Amino acid sequence: MTSFRIDKPSVVDFETPVNFTFDGHSYRGFAGDTVASALLANGVYLFGRSFKYHQPRGVMGAHVEEANALITIGRGAHAEPNLQATTIPVAEGMEVFSQNRWPSLKLDLLSINQLAAPLLSAGFYYKTFMGPTKRSWMLYEPFIRRAAGLGAVSTSADDQAYEKDHRFCDVLIIGGGVTGIAAGLAAARSGLRVMLVDDRNVWGGQMAGVDDDLSGQPLDQWIGHSIRELQELGAELLSRTTVFGVYDGHVHGAVQRLADVSSHDGVKRPLQRFLKIVAKHSILATGAFENPMLFKNNSLPGVMLADTARHFMDRFSVACGKQIVIYTNNDSAYDAARRLAEAGLNVTTLIDTRPSVSAACQSLARHIGASHLVGWQVEKAHGRHKVKAVSVCKIDDRRQKQRISSDCLAVSGGWNPVVHLASHMGMAPVYSEPMGAFIVDPDSLPCHCHVAGPVAGSLDLPSCVNGGFAAGIKVAQQLGSTPPDPIEATAMHGFIGDWPMKADVETLSEKVMLDFQNDVTLGDIKLAVVEGYSATEHLKRYTTLGMGTDQGRTSNINAISLLTQLTGQQIENIRPTRFRPPFTPITLGALVGHHVGDHAQPTRLTPMHDWHAAQGAMMVPVGLWWRPRAYLKPGETLREAYIREAGNVRENVGICDVSTLGKIAVQGPDAGVFLDRVYTNNFATLPVGKARYGLMLRDDGMVLDDGTSWRLGENDYLMTTTTGGAGAVMQHLERLHNLYWPDLRVSFVSVTGQWAGMSVAGPKSRQVLGKAFSGTDFSDAALPIMGVMSIQTASGTILVARLSFSGELAYEVFCPACMGTEIWCDLLSHGADSGIQPYGTEALGALRIEKGHVAGGELDGRVSPYNLRLDGMLSKKKWFFGKPLLERDGLYGDDQYRLVGLISEDKQPLQAGAHVVFGDKASPGPSQGWVSSVTYSPSLDEEIGLALVKKQALEKDTGMYAANPVAGIHRKVRIVSHHFLDPEGHRMRL
Amino acid sequence: MIIDCPCCGPRPVSEFSYIGDAEVEKPDMQAPVADWVEAVYTRTNPRGTHLEHWQHLHGCRQFLKLQRDTLTHEIFAVELAGVYASGAGE
Repeated sequence: MTSFRIDKPSVVDFETPVNFTFDGHSYRGFAGDTVASALLANGVYLFGRSFKYHQPRGVMGAHVEEANALITIGRGAHAEPNLQATTIPVAEGMEVFSQNRWPSLKLDLLSINQLAAPLLSAGFYYKTFMGPTKRSWMLYEPFIRRAAGLGAVSTSADDQAYEKDHRFCDVLIIGGGVTGIAAGLAAARSGLRVMLVDDRNVWGGQMAGVDDDLSGQPLDQWIGHSIRELQELGAELLSRTTVFGVYDGHVHGAVQRLADVSSHDGVKRPLQRFLKIVAKHSILATGAFENPMLFKNNSLPGVMLADTARHFMDRFSVACGKQIVIYTNNDSAYDAARRLAEAGLNVTTLIDTRPSVSAACQSLARHIGASHLVGWQVEKAHGRHKVKAVSVCKIDDRRQKQRISSDCLAVSGGWNPVVHLASHMGMAPVYSEPMGAFIVDPDSLPCHCHVAGPVAGSLDLPSCVNGGFAAGIKVAQQLGSTPPDPIEATAMHGFIGDWPMKADVETLSEKVMLDFQNDVTLGDIKLAVVEGYSATEHLKRYTTLGMGTDQGRTSNINAISLLTQLTGQQIENIRPTRFRPPFTPITLGALVGHHVGDHAQPTRLTPMHDWHAAQGAMMVPVGLWWRPRAYLKPGETLREAYIREAGNVRENVGICDVSTLGKIAVQGPDAGVFLDRVYTNNFATLPVGKARYGLMLRDDGMVLDDGTSWRLGENDYLMTTTTGGAGAVMQHLERLHNLYWPDLRVSFVSVTGQWAGMSVAGPKSRQVLGKAFSGTDFSDAALPIMGVMSIQTASGTILVARLSFSGELAYEVFCPACMGTEIWCDLLSHGADSGIQPYGTEALGALRIEKGHVAGGELDGRVSPYNLRLDGMLSKKKWFFGKPLLERDGLYGDDQYRLVGLISEDKQPLQAGAHVVFGDKASPGPSQGWVSSVTYSPSLDEEIGLALVKKQALEKDTGMYAANPVAGIHRKVRIVSHHFLDPEGHRMRL
Repeated sequence: MIIDCPCCGPRPVSEFSYIGDAEVEKPDMQAPVADWVEAVYTRTNPRGTHLEHWQHLHGCRQFLKLQRDTLTHEIFAVELAGVYASGAGE
């Protein structure tokens, strides 16, 4: 055993060594150790550098209250920064790194910030670097952030596994200390579904390993028996699980740490599990954190919380020092001192700031043989990297001084209950005069939330246990279960019961550290008060007190106490800052769980997807769908492919998978009336067997979507929507029906997935269909433009509609999804003689832009029918949804945008998103509009685009450019009609 | 937040879609532009109890009327709105 281990049994298993590294040096710990306990046992005291001044920092807290010893585990993509060394169990091969030091922990060059400390006061960065212009802050900020910071987040993708899960229970008990265990026992004995959650890997919380007894039974034994009983009663016990936030509807967010490093056997197991816990009731048994004491250099390694020193001894058999000095303002540290001394540690001195102490305290000091300085104060801790000595003085006669050798100064400034989760629920904590801290008033909580233990104002062992049990009984009563009888636990030791005396601000150095994580000193608080930032929320923002991963766990009470002295306020009138989730840092990996990469969102594939994949089609995501972008032949570029595909549609015939179009069955006696109201044009008069193009508006008159609706029967319409608009249109129809016209007898079903859709387009499309469906007449008379026919086959009904998006003679063929590939292949084989080729979304886009048809690029939710030159589609005879607000004059002014065609004057490609401006590259004017879609037009042999340009700009049609200043591209353009090709529509009338 | 859907029971809020303020008067089709401006753009945005329309989008797709506290997010009442609201439709 190393020199800092003591011969005392604990949870540490000395038979099982664990090897790990810290900043590249190898260390040996044992199973049961945390990183902090293993390093302390090895004589390591320097764990990190502080946030702002780069002061040396060591371990100060026992567990999650640790503000200083922040570490990074792992490297590269697996690195997890800002973990507390006190909460992470050592694991074989674990790589641990200190943070915020350069080039090394011992020799940190940025520690010169300590010399500049008088300059680095609260608000220094903002005052110095933000004026006179905002630009200077932008220049300096990256450098400041590098000097002041926490661990670094890796920029590479984390390939480790994470999980998400949901849990439900009658009562969730947060905190697995003695309070929580007692609450769990009462609830589980009543037959409730109990979840007990704790962030440590042992049960019993701060009392784990404490040598005490409860009602005559050794405490450790009581804890062990109780946990076993809870398991037997079916309670779910989750250790290493932090409830990081409480949300509306009794929802709790929790993260369970299953492992800290990836397993070495190559099997990918989840490291962390994010749990959403919905509980009927919850009991906050979250315990308390000890407060530090205030003196010069109170953040030096070797200064730690008194109960932390006791905790390392009890739980890990680690001695925090060889000459321990205790410094306190309350009774609880006497108990820690006694336990340390009884374990054989050398407690040399007990310093108490109170003018007098009880006889019990005096006899305890005598019992452990320590010199007892009552009414004394520590002025300063000495040492460069670690405490070597302590200067003390008598408070009422400051000339009386002593210098005491010490390597561990164990301090206790009273206890601060963990009220964070109650604060998440919007509850304001109340000041407890006897406790000297803020606690939760149970009456301020919703009826399903309860508190017990320190959070409710109890600190001694019996009252925590009894209070916890009582809370469990209360939940059982509220849920109508039969609760067990209350218990009256007693303890042998525990608290003596005199509460902390607050430090007098007049006696303190300005340099005493209040917030250890953010380097906020008393001087900063004084400055903030002088400058008017004396409200707690202002103080927090001005000085950063209570910010960061620490959330002021060990600083809030001390700071609020000093603040009230500086401002003359009463502490009970102070409202502490509101705590917000998360209680501890949460990895994004845990929140995302397995929803990464391909699993980030669902993938929708068309019925013909396998065929496209077999052809080696280049695919493109469109919403959740994957669509063929182009079918590249060997050696072909995307551009060459789509030009070939589009050209073939104009010359011969092409086939395109349009299964992704949204399809909604609209049925019922009032279906026609309903469509008449939601479309801007008439639908009730549409004959059966006909389709019509329709435009749909939002409440505000802007275009929601466009598409065709086919009348299949008297009361039966099939509506198609754009691929991306399907969901929004469905919801729009449901909303209008339910909230505006519930009397209409109409219903909607999304049938997008039921139908495979393919568009057969080109002058030879009719002959392809004629061959594929022999015996069916596709002549202009039998199936005129906008006509719909159905073909009955043995496998199902096939719908053929004569619709054209490309401007060619074209048909849309819809068949049951299961027949999709069969029909698709049939059409291809019957079209072989006609030169049929499949075409993808790029060619589809080129063809529709040549025709001036609008699509996603234009329908961006900001455009009116007038902008799109679709005002001809607005019926003047009937009312339609969106009509009233279309009548606002402003929608027709000279500054309104109008859809136009653009041709690139120098035949260079245009960019969608470019702005249309007057003036050359040297002197561009303001934006007159934007380019919405671009393509090369095979028919025109021009680079063309669609654009929305201000009406007033169109009156002056020379000297216009499409400007993309980000890419440095400025193209001269000519404005033309958006109907580039065949404006009369002759080609589709073959 | 958890919404107790009258059709499906208590479900997490992520299954629902907020539709809008249920206290706004729906104008008649022939109502003047001013009424529509009021209905589409003007909101009281109260602090406290509020009536809202929600849709159980990833569930039964029904429209619900919620009485909800905008400050505490407490939900006091949930009922079906629209076609299946009591007294409406068939």
